[in-house]
Amino acid sequence: MRMAGELDHHAVTGLRDKIDNKLTLDNLKNIIFNFSGVDFMDSSGLGMVLGRYKLVSAQGGKVLACSLRPRVQRVFDLSGLQAKIPVFLSEQEALKNV
Amino acid sequence: MDNHMKLEIPSKSQNEAFARVVVAAFAAQADPTIDEISDIKTAVSEAVTNAVIHGYENGFGTIIVTAALKDRRLEVSVTDYGVGIADVEQAREPLYTSKPELDRSGMGFTIMENFMDEFTLTSAPGKGTTVTMVKIFSQIKTGRDA
Repeated sequence: MRMAGELDHHAVTGLRDKIDNKLTLDNLKNIIFNFSGVDFMDSSGLGMVLGRYKLVSAQGGKVLACSLRPRVQRVFDLSGLQAKIPVFLSEQEALKNV
Repeated sequence: MDNHMKLEIPSKSQNEAFARVVVAAFAAQADPTIDEISDIKTAVSEAVTNAVIHGYENGFGTIIVTAALKDRRLEVSVTDYGVGIADVEQAREPLYTSKPELDRSGMGFTIMENFMDEFTLTSAPGKGTTVTMVKIFSQIKTGRDA
């Protein structure tokens, strides 16, 4: 899942349904969130990622994150989300760990 | 430099981005660092999002954003006249959310407290909520307004 732009409450509202539909339609098990194009994220972005983690992990799947810019990393670090969602430097590295 | 601003917006989620950009543009007069501007944008985004989702429960209402600059101190307030918060201490706890079904992370107040230098939350059930935050800019001014 390659994301770009600003991940706030407004953006997340539409994005969440898109991701959930794709998960169901394509019968996907794991998600890698690629944040390389995300230049702003607040707690609504965190909530969206955490919500997908709950969905996917209930089915035995994994959620990983990669390519966090420093600002997104700062919000991630504060939340302690990395205990649940491992963060990798690149998409390639994340793919190896799925 | 002394300056102040006031922004009145309806509680629409589109206005979360608008409000944070307005306050960031206002704060730019004090020549803050990029990190300081980003901290302010994130904190304002959290406060306005709270007003939209919790204050007015995604319904209609008015949000007032004010900001005042005095030397290198920026004070920002976000006020709604919505439902208010019964237990302010509980609301401030990291990871606490009153709306887990909406995928809320419960990190809003924690981010505001950590990204800003001062943070106060006043609320009365049925009357509304005001968040006031202060950022002290570290850098010596470059002289644009000297």
